[in-house]
Amino acid sequence: MAGPRHISVSEESRPVLPRHAKLKFDETRQVWVILAPERVLAPDEIAVEVLKLCDGVVSVGQIVDQLAAKYAAPREAISTDVVAMLQDLADKGFLTEAREKTS
Amino acid sequence: MTEALTDTKTTTGAPDDGLAVLEARKSAAETFGIPLAVLAELTHRCPLQCPYCSNPVELDRASGELTTEEWKKVLTELAEIGVLQIHFSGGEPTARKDLVDLVRHASDVGLYTNLITSAVLLTKDRLSALADAGLCHVQISFQGNEPVIADRVAGLKDSHRKKIEVAKWTRELDLPLTVNAVMHRQNLHQLSDIIQMAVDLDADRLEVANVQYYGWALKNRAALMPTLAQIEETTGIVEDAQARLKGVLTIDYVVPDYYALRPKKCMGGWGRQFFNISPTGKILPCHAAESITGLEFESVRSNRSIAWIWQNSEAFNRYRGTGWMPEPCRSCEFKEVDFGGCRCQAFALTGDAGNTDPACALSPMHEAIFKQAELESAGENNRFLYRNFAGGTLETGDDGA
Repeated sequence: MAGPRHISVSEESRPVLPRHAKLKFDETRQVWVILAPERVLAPDEIAVEVLKLCDGVVSVGQIVDQLAAKYAAPREAISTDVVAMLQDLADKGFLTEAREKTS
Repeated sequence: MTEALTDTKTTTGAPDDGLAVLEARKSAAETFGIPLAVLAELTHRCPLQCPYCSNPVELDRASGELTTEEWKKVLTELAEIGVLQIHFSGGEPTARKDLVDLVRHASDVGLYTNLITSAVLLTKDRLSALADAGLCHVQISFQGNEPVIADRVAGLKDSHRKKIEVAKWTRELDLPLTVNAVMHRQNLHQLSDIIQMAVDLDADRLEVANVQYYGWALKNRAALMPTLAQIEETTGIVEDAQARLKGVLTIDYVVPDYYALRPKKCMGGWGRQFFNISPTGKILPCHAAESITGLEFESVRSNRSIAWIWQNSEAFNRYRGTGWMPEPCRSCEFKEVDFGGCRCQAFALTGDAGNTDPACALSPMHEAIFKQAELESAGENNRFLYRNFAGGTLETGDDGA
């Protein structure tokens, strides 16, 4: 059955794009896009890097760890930005959480 | 699909203007890239007979439809030139026996696939096969929130119950669902219940699409035109629901342009960011464009590529940008905002597709048309002319009396 409609993103979340939102590199226009019903979004570079890691297994906290290490940047600032960006996507219906298999 | 819903996706406003986002250039008016989304009208056959059908009054016959192989070739070509999304529509696209095949092929070549359907022909097995073939999204049209009005508008018994059933299967299969509700004078009083129905069906999106008046809908205008009071109430209901259901249900709202002061940015501008392909393979700036006489539309069956037709054909270039505009459009500060409105509506109501859309308050015909609509909306004529291949059949019985 369907997952929760509205998720609240935290460092514990394990987000994943829902089935109707597809992250794809558009070869013609040379940009990353999120394809969704009646909409095409153009995420920025950082958003793309984060979304590529959103597989429903890795937690937001782990993603923040990776980015903090990679860019040698303060963890707290990165965490705030990543959570805000993901929450915004979730509010628009383009992010969900992995569900437990029930059978 | 048998409704005027194809407008909705291109008239909902700037945030969806993919061209502006992806291909930022100096002048919006002269810009045209490759469309992000294309509407494939697989067939004009449909078990429903909605009086506001967006298909042309002269429907394409089954014998002229593109074959499976022809459609596959088209889908491959679309993906190659940079189209990202394909909307399978109609008529009723599930009337095509090869739909699963076409969805699989579209997925294989990398297209995001959307099914725009009346749902009444679907079985659970077939829907499941479509999901397995890679279908990304399902949009089901509803004619009301209960069978009495809904089945009467659709001109098909038991259609509403069937739609509810298929909508539930859609969510059981974990496919995202859009409920498309086409609104007019005879069902607007159900809007609050339709919104609740969409929530109960666990839909992701709801399109509240007021009928757009050309083709079949223009023939039925007197029976469909809402009153101004209805529209004011509707806008309030939609705005309230949008706020209340944030994060639960996305609601897109299309107002009837007869009651607007400014025309809609039809199709995002003629030949600017959208085309559709008719059942027989014609490449059209919109689904109603064939109603404009004097324009020649080229076909995928010609020896020219789709990209060539899109970029060079006379029909597309005729009303592209702003150079073609007469006054009052030519000197209007909004000419790159709405591109003069809808060419098909201008043709249907003024006889010349090059005129300003009369929906615009600056059109010399605006006042007369608004008065006419107001008069019709207050009238007693509720009888439908049902859409069919025979040129339409007038409703009989008590309802239409």
